[in-house]
Amino acid sequence: MKLLSAFVAGLVFGLGLILSGMTDPSKVIAFLDLAGAWDPSLAFVMAGAILVASVGFHFASKRSRSILGDTMRLPTASQIDRRLVLGGLAFGAGWGLAGYCPGPAVASLASGNAEPVIFVVAMLVGMGLYELRTRLSATSR
Amino acid sequence: MMIDWTNFTPWSSLAGGALIGLAATLFILMNGRIAGISGVIGGLLRPVNGDVLWRVSFVAGLVVAPLLFQTSFALPAVDINAGTATLIVAGLLVGVGTRYGSGCTSGHGVCGLSRRSPRSFVATTLFMASGFVTVFIVRHLFG
Repeated sequence: MKLLSAFVAGLVFGLGLILSGMTDPSKVIAFLDLAGAWDPSLAFVMAGAILVASVGFHFASKRSRSILGDTMRLPTASQIDRRLVLGGLAFGAGWGLAGYCPGPAVASLASGNAEPVIFVVAMLVGMGLYELRTRLSATSR
Repeated sequence: MMIDWTNFTPWSSLAGGALIGLAATLFILMNGRIAGISGVIGGLLRPVNGDVLWRVSFVAGLVVAPLLFQTSFALPAVDINAGTATLIVAGLLVGVGTRYGSGCTSGHGVCGLSRRSPRSFVATTLFMASGFVTVFIVRHLFG
């Protein structure tokens, strides 16, 4: 049941990404291109998502367990540190370069285009490098 | 500022956004998890017993989405201008950046802002700003 609901959540998330236009890198870049012909659509994606999810998280914050009995894993970190800043800046640069963020890229894997596959493989390598670095610094301590 | 009215899709974007919000709601209420794509995927590279299958299921749903979508509707046209080298550099930056900064457009942008998290507000402002600057440099300084 938990796996089914995770699958459905991923599926609905992906359908939303496709419908919203986020799986088209040119549309994403047109949103990020304030100095060019600006396409404000993605602000509407964010608005629609936040409007609905705010209600969801409002109810989630009052629960100690999920409906299926899992622990509620709401983030507790509150520090605004160097990691958050540098990570955000690096992510934004990559996002602007190709027009892909993780969700839309993964939701485009089955589209038949090679580009999202190349992007996702590179992204996994990037995530792997981060893991490697974390593990190395953990063992050297 | 010049608005590109021909490609502007307020309604489908708003509706797609609402679906994304619905998915995030479903995931937190049913599974108690944040629908942050980089976090869900990143956790697969540090596999912990009992913590793998829900991640795989979520990602499978995401991958299957276009296949289901096209049974009823035509997939929206996509236009990809990035070459292989750009895709690789971009992918590496996104991979390292999202893990180092603990989130991406979904985790910080959608879920974090919905929770009114100050951390996510800072992260979202920074990655958006960085995206704006990057596109400006690529398109208007070197373009």
